[in-house]
Amino acid sequence: MTTPWQDDGTSRIPYSVYTNPDLHRRELDRFFYSGHWCYVGLEAEIPNPGDFRRSVIGERSVLMTRSADGAVNVVENVCAHRGMRFCRERHGNRKDLLCPYHQWSYDLKGNLQGVPFRRGVKQDGKINGGMPADFRPEQHGLTQLKVAVRNGVVFASFDPEVEPLEDFLGPVILGYFDRVFDGRPLEILGYRRQRIPGNWKLMQENIKDPYHPGLLHTWFSTFGLWRADNRSQLKMDAHKRHAAMISTRGQGGKVADVISNVDSFKDKMTVNDPRLLDIVHEPWWGTPTAVMTTIFPSLIIQQQVNSVSTRHIQPNGEGSFDFVWTHFGFAGDDAEMRQRRLIQANLFGPAGFVSADDGEVIEWSQEGFTQNPARSTLVEMGGRDTDDADHMVTETLIRGMYAYWRQRMGE
Amino acid sequence: MVDFATVSALLDLYSAYAATVDSSDWDHWPDFFLEDGTYRLQPRENFDAGLPLCLLALESKAMIRDRVYGVKETMYHDPYYQRHVVGIPRILSVTATPAGEEIEAEANYIVFRTKRDGLTEVFNAGRYRDVIRRTEDGLKFRSRLCVYDSDLIPNSVIYPI
Repeated sequence: MTTPWQDDGTSRIPYSVYTNPDLHRRELDRFFYSGHWCYVGLEAEIPNPGDFRRSVIGERSVLMTRSADGAVNVVENVCAHRGMRFCRERHGNRKDLLCPYHQWSYDLKGNLQGVPFRRGVKQDGKINGGMPADFRPEQHGLTQLKVAVRNGVVFASFDPEVEPLEDFLGPVILGYFDRVFDGRPLEILGYRRQRIPGNWKLMQENIKDPYHPGLLHTWFSTFGLWRADNRSQLKMDAHKRHAAMISTRGQGGKVADVISNVDSFKDKMTVNDPRLLDIVHEPWWGTPTAVMTTIFPSLIIQQQVNSVSTRHIQPNGEGSFDFVWTHFGFAGDDAEMRQRRLIQANLFGPAGFVSADDGEVIEWSQEGFTQNPARSTLVEMGGRDTDDADHMVTETLIRGMYAYWRQRMGE
Repeated sequence: MVDFATVSALLDLYSAYAATVDSSDWDHWPDFFLEDGTYRLQPRENFDAGLPLCLLALESKAMIRDRVYGVKETMYHDPYYQRHVVGIPRILSVTATPAGEEIEAEANYIVFRTKRDGLTEVFNAGRYRDVIRRTEDGLKFRSRLCVYDSDLIPNSVIYPI
């Protein structure tokens, strides 16, 4: 079969990359189920022994648990007996994990504890049934994933050979990861969930695309939160799979170069309630006011002024993914800072002044790809290279991600 | 005991609110609130767990007006019709306060969404939990909290529930 790619570069991405179900299954195997660390959740979600929280890696349901020894474990939510996805609660506290069908039970690390009638049932002096003599419970636990916890963030991998998390992230991205997660205790503020009818990679692209925020998002362009004349840097890991978009808020206002022909810029716009833009600099930011970090394939770390969240990508098929936002603050936050984070959260999420548009344009992109999969997108803003940049007028991070994608997919 | 006039006024409030948000009459949506009135749209997941995060947390009538501006002017979105079906409100309490009588009430709702080229779908199902104050200008929301069961939002919520 001939490749739909036009050349060796990544500035023209075939629409079929987003619509082909065979490619999607290979992506799950090569990115979500092997060779990569995937986001599962935050330690603060399971503070106590016995706590568990259901999560997802790729399209597989998993459970994040805290066992009696205080360790964080991740196991697949599929019973070793007959393959049932047994855990139905989103979170809770249990002494063990129980599959209701035949009451097989596991400890919180996934080790098989109990098999009813394992040694048969005695009736009229005879033992009926039971498991074969060579049945070894230790061989029939839940699938136990490799787990890495860094400063309160839990990653897991189905791949026992996966490299250490710190190597996976690389030194540059690790630095931006630690900027948010430096070991301070986190305070969970809550969740937002949306199902976006588009290919999951479009969300990675959205947060590797500094060209759009100052154009699509009125709030960003008008108030200078994120636009082309902000001081900014775009950085990638050595594989170009992860990236950080680093930006320092400008003054906004009328600058001809960045607002001419920009419909979304609203010269006269002000906010009626100034609390929506009551931005207070936090010492841990350093100079940048916003850093958006993409951890391939499953996670986006958001720091947009005082609003911080993890955004978890959970594909379901090539044309849809669930996007789960976990907003948090830090244990030292006073009531004012907590309220500030909650109010600024109005800019983000499925109804956000800014982020609602992102879900919409991803849906419309997928519709465009589906109607004519033989075409390709044009990703040439800033050139055709895949280098880091010190400005926003480029799509280099998207090209970088597809350079990695092509190499790992053999496409 | 609540008199019939109060019940009737409450029914009017609920039906007028639904009529306003279903007819894209966004400019009049803030009129249902006190100046310091709040509008919150919260997934049931957070409500049940005692977590404060909302999908929208508009903490004043001014902020509700900011949302109107967003809906009308700044948020690129697929246009859609919405249709609210609101159950009979249940009055939980009536309290005299220095600022006026306050009614605590709740009602189930379902919102259907119809996009221009799409089939009608169930968009959001939940319960209003309201505190309503009697004022010279009629009943106004001191707070309207929409707690929705449909934690998983079908892409986005643009218009007020």
